[in-house]
Amino acid sequence: MQKLTISGQEFNSRLFLGTGKFSSNQLMEQALIASGSDMVTTALRRVDLQNTEDDILKHINPNRFRLLPNTSGVRTAKEAVFAAELAREALQTNWLKLEIHPDPKYLLADTVETLKACEQLAKKGFIVLPYMQADPILAKQLEEVGAAAVMPLGSPIGSNKGLITREFIKIIIEQANVPVIVDAGIGAPSHAAEAMEMGADAVLVNTAIAVSNDPVMMAEAFKLAVKAGRMAFEAKLVAQLNMAEASSPLTSFLDL
Amino acid sequence: MSFFDTLKQYDWDSIKDNIYAKTEQDVLYALSHKACNLEDFKALISPAAAPYLEQMAQKSMLQTQKRFGKTIQLYVPLYLSNTCSNSCVYCGFSHKNKIERVTLSEEQILKEAIAIKEMGFDHLLLVTGEHQKEAGFAYLMRSIEILRPHFAQISVEVQPMSTEEYQQLMQVGLHAVYVYQETYHQENYKSYHPAGKKSDFTYRLETPDRLGKAGIHKIGLGCLLGLEDWRSDIWHIALHLSYLEKHYWKSRYSISFPRLRPNAGGFQPNMEISDRELLQVICAFRLLNQEVELSLSTRETPTFRDHVFKLGITAMSAGSKTEPGGYAVHTKALEQFEVSDQRSPNEIKVMLQKNQYEAVWKDWDSYM
Repeated sequence: MQKLTISGQEFNSRLFLGTGKFSSNQLMEQALIASGSDMVTTALRRVDLQNTEDDILKHINPNRFRLLPNTSGVRTAKEAVFAAELAREALQTNWLKLEIHPDPKYLLADTVETLKACEQLAKKGFIVLPYMQADPILAKQLEEVGAAAVMPLGSPIGSNKGLITREFIKIIIEQANVPVIVDAGIGAPSHAAEAMEMGADAVLVNTAIAVSNDPVMMAEAFKLAVKAGRMAFEAKLVAQLNMAEASSPLTSFLDL
Repeated sequence: MSFFDTLKQYDWDSIKDNIYAKTEQDVLYALSHKACNLEDFKALISPAAAPYLEQMAQKSMLQTQKRFGKTIQLYVPLYLSNTCSNSCVYCGFSHKNKIERVTLSEEQILKEAIAIKEMGFDHLLLVTGEHQKEAGFAYLMRSIEILRPHFAQISVEVQPMSTEEYQQLMQVGLHAVYVYQETYHQENYKSYHPAGKKSDFTYRLETPDRLGKAGIHKIGLGCLLGLEDWRSDIWHIALHLSYLEKHYWKSRYSISFPRLRPNAGGFQPNMEISDRELLQVICAFRLLNQEVELSLSTRETPTFRDHVFKLGITAMSAGSKTEPGGYAVHTKALEQFEVSDQRSPNEIKVMLQKNQYEAVWKDWDSYM
């Protein structure tokens, strides 16, 4: 299997995890390990940046996982840039998952503010992975202003509805020069496998693992699904055909 | 245009009749689809839904977990002042009551803040009576300014203010405002709130509109269960919530369910709501709205809280003192209401852990 590279950094796994909604930080840590992932995203607002003994951070081993702080909760580019700078200072990382959602109900990304913030942050030297609507034009624009990857949603965050946006994600993948990570809405390993078979470079999963009855086992299930989907993509899926190809009634005369 | 214009389109008595006329069929219909509307909600809070409480609870638990995970946010109220110029008939702070009146000084506020921080809290709810001179806008502004560096999130439950005042408080770090209508029964509202600014039904009713216009992060709604027919009041909260969500889509919403309990000597509730019925209300709200935050205070007993927190609730207070200076300063002030769940925040955390839930102390930050 090919290795995924984002901004020069290699990743062994194409599954990224979020740290929210777990019933305990211990369980979160076990699920992270079982997932085989090597990058996890955590909401800055949940972390006490002044406290070196923060309970969430304590459970994310920095030797094993790259920490991807996210700006979930901010409503404007200005707030996002401010949060990013705090995170860089306190957590010593310039990696950032940019999330701007002024709508607290469906947590959909604000396109205008996201593009603005991505440009500013890339100029300030951040490795920006923006969460975005599954909008192919926006994906290109974000790439142009310096996004290290793009993260289109499969369906609204936490909805577990799978790849409702699949047709647009296909276009994004087809046109992208940076990795495409499907984020949000992936509710089952089969959804993750589908995204990988389509050629997504990685997927990010949180709710489906954290809220399941057995998050550790579910994390492993996603690990296998992501791997299976990627292998299928690399091995090239055979084309789906609508009819049997028994004979060639229109062209067989050429063989006579 | 405000919620008052919407409210005027509804007649209290017909809404009430409507709710009580709902049948088992209506309940089953409401339970069968994914997103409930306000008509379904009537069925879910009606007497006809009582036999379906278990089903409602199961659905509500799963939907809450999906959105909020296996977590409960913890917060604590800090009573800054019990002076009040209102005379609400059910409230211990009523200016007619001859109690010791206390408004904390800056030094006392910080002392309380340190004690609260030591308990583990990062989310703080400031509470006052309604008194312009003693604990008005300027006092709150100053209080938030001095507390802001110590807490990730500061909310208030104080007198209603203007949009401009809310905007100014937001500048110094105000996150959320809880303002309860107490009852949506306009005619009877006056009899519970005979004097003071709170006697103005419309001004209070339009407060969430002013908050929405100010762009506040979170607006808390609620009514006092036990004044009027609670089913009708609860339905009006749902109406208010759906109005607000459509008009002020950048704000989050929270609902609280304070219920009046019969007590010796004090105000007697006109109507009681049982534990079973309160749970029905909580689940009904979750089935109506998957995103709304639902809060459960220490007014409720430990047994009730320990069982109900999983079934739709997203936030709980813990270790609450309802008198100014209750955490560290220890004045002679009387509490606003008696706390039923006296366990410490740590005991609540342990209780949550035993139930495989994580206590969330911090879910916001000063730059937001």
